[in-house]
Amino acid sequence: MTTSTFSPQRLGTLLVALALLLAPLTLGGQEYVLRVLTVGATYAIAVYGMNLILGLTGQLSLAHGGFFGIGVYIVGLLTTDYDWAFWPSLLVAVVVTALGGFVSGVVALRTREEYFAIFTMAMGFIIFLVISRWESVTHAHSGVSGVKFPEGFGLLDFSEPIVMYYLVLLFLLGAAYVTHAVRRSGIGRTLVAIRTSEDLARSIGINVGLNKQLAFAASTTFAGLAGGLFAAVQGFVGPSAASIDLTFEMLMFILVGGLGTVLGPVVGTFIVLFLFEFFQDFEAYRFLVLGPIIVALVIFAPRGIVGYLNAFVGKLRSRGTGAGTGSGGPPEHRSSDTATDVKETL
Amino acid sequence: MTLLEVRGLGKHFSGLHAVDDVDLDISAGRITAIIGPNGAGKSTLFNLLAGFYRPTSGTVRFKDRDITGMSPHRTVAHGIARTFQTTNLFEDATVLDNVLSGRVVRSHSTVFDAVLRTPRHRREERLNLDKAMAALEFTGISEYRGEIASSVPQEVQKRVSIALALATEPELLLLDEPAAGLTEEETGGFAQLIRDIVADGVTVGLVEHRMSMVMSLADHILVLDHGKEIAAGTPETVRTDPQVIEAYLGADHQEQEGAG
Repeated sequence: MTTSTFSPQRLGTLLVALALLLAPLTLGGQEYVLRVLTVGATYAIAVYGMNLILGLTGQLSLAHGGFFGIGVYIVGLLTTDYDWAFWPSLLVAVVVTALGGFVSGVVALRTREEYFAIFTMAMGFIIFLVISRWESVTHAHSGVSGVKFPEGFGLLDFSEPIVMYYLVLLFLLGAAYVTHAVRRSGIGRTLVAIRTSEDLARSIGINVGLNKQLAFAASTTFAGLAGGLFAAVQGFVGPSAASIDLTFEMLMFILVGGLGTVLGPVVGTFIVLFLFEFFQDFEAYRFLVLGPIIVALVIFAPRGIVGYLNAFVGKLRSRGTGAGTGSGGPPEHRSSDTATDVKETL
Repeated sequence: MTLLEVRGLGKHFSGLHAVDDVDLDISAGRITAIIGPNGAGKSTLFNLLAGFYRPTSGTVRFKDRDITGMSPHRTVAHGIARTFQTTNLFEDATVLDNVLSGRVVRSHSTVFDAVLRTPRHRREERLNLDKAMAALEFTGISEYRGEIASSVPQEVQKRVSIALALATEPELLLLDEPAAGLTEEETGGFAQLIRDIVADGVTVGLVEHRMSMVMSLADHILVLDHGKEIAAGTPETVRTDPQVIEAYLGADHQEQEGAG
């Protein structure tokens, strides 16, 4: 089918992937820009986690920055105070945030909607307080310095910023692919069913509680992985890496990019970070400019940039094929068309 | 053969006996209707059978297995599906995606299968699409599959909710007022659909207000009033039962008698 090899969505994915791959080359030599890109990519991985729990499952978790911080500090502390290598430390960060999300989800997900948001915000704040106050372990405000780079085993040198960038990008692609695969499958349908109506989801045999808990654990795992990479990218980390502000920044990234979409997290993260950098000279006043831009986006494109483009493409396509489903082709032909439509919305 | 066996089932909401000591046998391959005036406890009974409410007394056995108080995701897996009185759909999703959601309970592939695109996952996705399409064909709405559920006519939405329930491959389908709000003509179409479902091997439990529909469809009728059984039997027995006439048909019936 021609639509499956070439569609606007595929083109969009390709363009975003190419831009990310080529960005460091075209911006050659500008170490600062490369650093911003790499940090942005680690945030984007965490935003993919937020997309799983908020975008697909419809639960606003405000503990996300906290779990990111747990990942940051596990890798940070293990590779410095305990002299572990990077990779096992990252593995510990992933396992701890996965288990932490699953176990805390048992309690957190007993609450619904705004109560879940408030509960998780409190969780996030507690994590931040522990990290910023438990001096004997986390060094509180002095932070952690000298976080190790990943070991390249003689093949790669991750102290080279560009190599580090491509490593983070690889994880970012993985996160995007997982999102794509989840959305395309029965698991995605399960989560979206829960988002739309928990009662109806229950009535068609979905174990709402367990699936919400798994989605929450998956989201905190992404946050932990992203945090672990962030620690290595930065080399020096402080308690601000676990702050509530970070949670709200990630929330902004995903709202701008598009909730529940495959490209939304990466597009939103880089666009907002670019705006942050662009208005950097205004310091705190930059929010005077950014605020209205984001409000306008939420009003005029509530499904975010990617959601808006998807709807636009969908409209064009249904006009192109002539009143959508009513006409065109024998039934088998149309059914496979629908199948690719279902799969291809980003 | 008795598919579902209910004994002494009760549900009390802080003193109110919504369902009180109800016995019911639903025979396989038949249509069993539950009727009664508003607030008689019909929907509550359905909610108890499907696991939405936990009974305060009594037992529910399905295929000789005790399912009393079992949560809905497990009763659906065992083969009980239900629809709601007010049409309940995933409104922003297409008709096909709605029905595909019903396949979740019959799917076994995990998130890892989805990420790795294992043969099992691809096989299952293909099977799910086939089954969903079959459910759409069966309910006669396959031409609407690409449309957003909230944008199709009400009658189609009601058919979608039945297709969604059928996609879970139930042995017992509980329909809560499937024809509410439909025209006389559309109701006729629904009665035919229900007959088709039974002919296809699915047992149907039906809560319905329209007496004509119930009388023509049901093999067995249970009449509830204030949560209690007041009569049970074939349409003929129930129709002539004086208690039923008083409680349910009441003045309406007498008027009809008088007119006729």
